[in-house]
Amino acid sequence: MSETPEELHYASSHEWARLEEDGTVTVGITDHAQDALGDIVYVELPDEEQQVEAGAEAGVVESVKAASDIYAPVTGVVIAANEVLEDAPERVNEDPYGDGWFFRIQPDDPGELEDLLDAAAYDEMCSEEE
Amino acid sequence: MTSPLRTPLYDEHLAREARMVPFAGWSMPLHYGSQIAEHHAVRQGVGMFDVSHMRVFDAEGAGATDFLRTVFAGDVARLAAGRALYGVLLNENAGIIDDAIVYRTDGGYRVVSNAGTSERVHSWLLHHLGDDTRLQPRRDLAMLAVQGPRAIACLHEATGFDAAHLPRFAFAWHEGSMVARTGYTGEDGVEVLVPAVDAASLWRRLADAGAVPAGLGARDTLRLEAGLNLHGHDMDESTPPTAVGLGWTVAWGEDDAPVRRFIGRDALERQRRPDEVLRGIVLEGRGVMREGFAVTTERGEGTVTSGIFSPTLGYSIALARLPRGSKGACGVQIRSREVPGRIVRPPFLRSNE
Repeated sequence: MSETPEELHYASSHEWARLEEDGTVTVGITDHAQDALGDIVYVELPDEEQQVEAGAEAGVVESVKAASDIYAPVTGVVIAANEVLEDAPERVNEDPYGDGWFFRIQPDDPGELEDLLDAAAYDEMCSEEE
Repeated sequence: MTSPLRTPLYDEHLAREARMVPFAGWSMPLHYGSQIAEHHAVRQGVGMFDVSHMRVFDAEGAGATDFLRTVFAGDVARLAAGRALYGVLLNENAGIIDDAIVYRTDGGYRVVSNAGTSERVHSWLLHHLGDDTRLQPRRDLAMLAVQGPRAIACLHEATGFDAAHLPRFAFAWHEGSMVARTGYTGEDGVEVLVPAVDAASLWRRLADAGAVPAGLGARDTLRLEAGLNLHGHDMDESTPPTAVGLGWTVAWGEDDAPVRRFIGRDALERQRRPDEVLRGIVLEGRGVMREGFAVTTERGEGTVTSGIFSPTLGYSIALARLPRGSKGACGVQIRSREVPGRIVRPPFLRSNE
């Protein structure tokens, strides 16, 4: 059974977003997504200072099974990418909501987070997919 | 669609929380948690696979040898009892209907072929069968592959059978099971054809002796590192064996012997040096090559037929259909980028066999 922390926001494309105290937004993929993908072998992250748009492609995650695009959940500027994933992509499988984060965005409008799903709605969407 | 078939080990897979997937009409384990961990278990210790979806046919009777010498491009007349031969079944155009292993038993032959082609192979064999040969599909058998540097010791501990004396591609009988020193991983090991009713108990004894259950995912990355083709991807009915690195499996016969008229021979005579051949590619940049990706070489364009991230090597490797004579540097189109690669001859790993 996969985990869906209450305090996060979720995109229907299986990213999670967390509003940090400093107003930035951390992005990763959900436990459900990493479980469906299987062992992750390679992650392509956006560059720092790259402008990203909500719903647009911002990276790629490759598992043993397939490649999947990663979409930015909010519009803004990338201020950090998780370089650990370059050598240790398996962190995404091991700790999708912690060490396995992908990138951090300085959002233009943090209010965009409210357009995303809450944990209950995301879980419901996943169970309908199955 | 009918519900997928279950192997005699289905409940064992569920008990180990396997991720089950539909495969060639069967419900099969993709992995039991981590495909990469299973891959490493086979390279470093011992793993076991349920391959009961493979199809088994016994061919017996006075005409069995002539029958198999016609439908199989390898020459089974060379086989002593207790020995096996890897090779291909060809259509009239020399395209590969399937690859298979043929075992010479005391009473005839046993053919083990792929799940995905089983209907095609069965009807093809029946079509070419004479009155003096009986073909018996053996749906009463399960098949387990025990593979890895510790496979022989593990089998010994689990069953009391010591396969160490068996040469590669030889087999022996033990308590109603056929134990063959064959496999699809590039490692030492055995494949065991066991009565279906005994399969679960063998599986559990092997697990107790240290064999790590491994799924179809690890089976695919292991075979590709070993440079072994997968039918339906690296070869099919449009490719002659000479175009996919399997020319060596074809027995043309000695010059002074009568010509053996195996099916596809005439067409294959004309395709001894096809324009496209199967080669390996090692990716030198970041990313993962996948089936269908375009490849650019100095000799022209090609296509990836199987690609993976190699758990053992730590980078992406692939088999690709390339213009004959391609070598050296190439470029692989990975989505919007062209990533540099190098053309090599498989296998990608030095074998531990």
